[in-house]
Amino acid sequence: MDLKRIEIRWHGRGGQGAVTAAMILAEAAIYQGKYAQAFPEFGAERRGAPVKAYTRISDEPIYTRAPIIEPNAVVVLDPSLSPSLYVEGLKKDGLLIINTKKSIAEIKKDVGRDDIKIARVDATKIALEILKAPFVNMAMLGAVAKVIPVIDVSYIEEAIKENFRPKIAEANIQAMRRALNEVEIA
Amino acid sequence: MTLQIKRLASWREVPVGGAITQPGNSVNRPTGDWRVFKPIINQDKCVRCYLCWVYCPEPAIKIIDRPYKTSSGREWKMTFEVDYDYCKGCGICVEECPVKAIDFVEEVK
Amino acid sequence: MGEWVRIPLSSNYAAAYAAKDADVDVVAAYPITPQTTVVEKIAEFIANGELQAEMIHVESEHSALSACIGAASAGARVFTATSAQGLELMHELLYIASGLRLPIVMSIASRALSAPISIWGDYSDVMATRDSSWITIIASSAQEVYDSIIQAYKVAENPDVLLPVMVAYDGFLMSHTYEPVYVAKDRSTILEFVPKRKPLWNILDPDKPITVGAVGNPDWYYEFKYQQVVAIENSLNILKQVFEEFGKRFERNYSFIETYNMDGSDIAILTYGGLYGTVTEAVDIMKKRGLDVGAIKLRVFRPWPTEELIRILKNLKAVIVIDRAISFGAALEGPIAMEVLATISKKSLDTALHSYIASVGQRAVTEEDVMAMVENSIDLLKKGVSLTEKSIYWGVRQ
Ligand code: SF4
Ligand code: SF4
Repeated sequence: MDLKRIEIRWHGRGGQGAVTAAMILAEAAIYQGKYAQAFPEFGAERRGAPVKAYTRISDEPIYTRAPIIEPNAVVVLDPSLSPSLYVEGLKKDGLLIINTKKSIAEIKKDVGRDDIKIARVDATKIALEILKAPFVNMAMLGAVAKVIPVIDVSYIEEAIKENFRPKIAEANIQAMRRALNEVEIA
Repeated sequence: MTLQIKRLASWREVPVGGAITQPGNSVNRPTGDWRVFKPIINQDKCVRCYLCWVYCPEPAIKIIDRPYKTSSGREWKMTFEVDYDYCKGCGICVEECPVKAIDFVEEVK
Repeated sequence: MGEWVRIPLSSNYAAAYAAKDADVDVVAAYPITPQTTVVEKIAEFIANGELQAEMIHVESEHSALSACIGAASAGARVFTATSAQGLELMHELLYIASGLRLPIVMSIASRALSAPISIWGDYSDVMATRDSSWITIIASSAQEVYDSIIQAYKVAENPDVLLPVMVAYDGFLMSHTYEPVYVAKDRSTILEFVPKRKPLWNILDPDKPITVGAVGNPDWYYEFKYQQVVAIENSLNILKQVFEEFGKRFERNYSFIETYNMDGSDIAILTYGGLYGTVTEAVDIMKKRGLDVGAIKLRVFRPWPTEELIRILKNLKAVIVIDRAISFGAALEGPIAMEVLATISKKSLDTALHSYIASVGQRAVTEEDVMAMVENSIDLLKKGVSLTEKSIYWGVRQ
């Protein structure tokens, strides 16, 4: 993706860590010297409720505080969310990065759009195997790092270390790296 | 006819934030002319307990280094007296005196 | 000057870092959404030893500001933070802090006022403090939050000012948004700019006891209030000096008012807080489409920067003011629009004024909205509307 400014919208459910993932990606971008902005969609936070978060990354200062309505990429942490919800506004040629067990062909059918690119990874499986819990956010961050390769993985690791205690950070980095290798794109 | 008005300090002269930075400045403000009733300490009854001095809201109870011998022969080293320049006649001392040693009588001006 | 590190911070964290780097002695605050993480971060700084300060745990915002007033009276450098209902609960103390001339600094994650309950952002809370004699700075970025709090101490503690300062920023849209901020690597960088205060008096000196908070009867009260009038007037100069010194020393420049794309624009949009960022990006889009519109950011709300504003307004055909608060039943319901109108009248300028209300309770405002407001105003100007009879309630469902 070769853009002056990349706008990413994250979808998950309360407690899955979409907000943290959006923030860590922005932090990594800032460590790398870029400009970035991350903010949650501010609802009354409840575990299990659909949650949105946003990341903007740019080589130039970002001034706007408007929500991202037409993102370049959408990251879906929870496969049970409704496709109409998460592909809304996704730009033509935009990226859908989704945690799912389904094949790319199946996802394509679900979302009913063929003007977008789709990347899939079974982040739940990765999280369960490595973290022994369905915390999929850092695995999804790995998938993002792979398909939107503007941030060096070392900065993502640095940001993860800043946000978690050492042992948990280590496991999350492992999950992130594995998703980075396993993500499929079409 | 000109009205005589006391000149009060200007906004430049009053202390910033209204802080009162000179402690004990009530001695500069005699309140003796407020009185309607005046307290009179009965030196024979007074047991020198200091309570009137503690409770008095003005600097109006004086503790004087003057010995006193009561009619029953008890000797005290000091005497409590009311300073009528400051006593405003509030009657607090009269109320608080534990031995009812303070009489409260109408002021005759 | 000094060494700086570039780190990702939310505006809330930027406020906490500024309090830490200003080496505050006492913090008394009560957590309220969306301000909470300011207090959490400061507690963390105290717990890990990065800040040697007393954190006073209080049971309400009323107590928080009361504790700050006590500590500031004792000569401490004091910090607090709040939002919305919390600021309202502090309201009577706001006047006591300024009346006692205490240089307290407070950050506000601006939020709508209940009812209905809203935890989301707008500027109703800040606007309601208009007459409290607090110097009020409104920031548009996390960097500006950090810098403004540092500047705030220098202004507040100046002997010609001695007034409290609040630094406000958008609840959520800034308080919870992470972005790059330069913070001082070492606190000494900041403390050389704003050395610890030398209080006029100290209530805790047993050798020199004083009374604070005495009665001001009709013979005296008025003089003290006039002192405050002079103090906030003085603060215009002191703010200017502090902005200049800050700019020279740290190479980040601030003023009362910031402008963007004003050359060749005879229409400009005036707003405050984070919305200014969205407005400037809308200006960029309009420019690409061949329409030159300027942007004006009001950074200092109290004292009102009359001279600076007149200098800008006098070259304009029209100014579009976007307010994020409502002054219910007022002559013009946008609180800043009303002040701009007074400024225009002061010099009998013929600048047209269109007042818009938007993003109340954090209703989303995008660049598209801003551009549509401009289009609407160009239409109004064609119809000869030089002053909107009432404020225009942008985006309210009819
Ligand atoms: S009457 Fe009141 S003012 Fe006078 S001495 Fe007694 S307590 Fe003091
Ligand atoms: S309170 Fe009564 S007994 Fe005690 S010192 Fe005063 S006058 Fe004497």
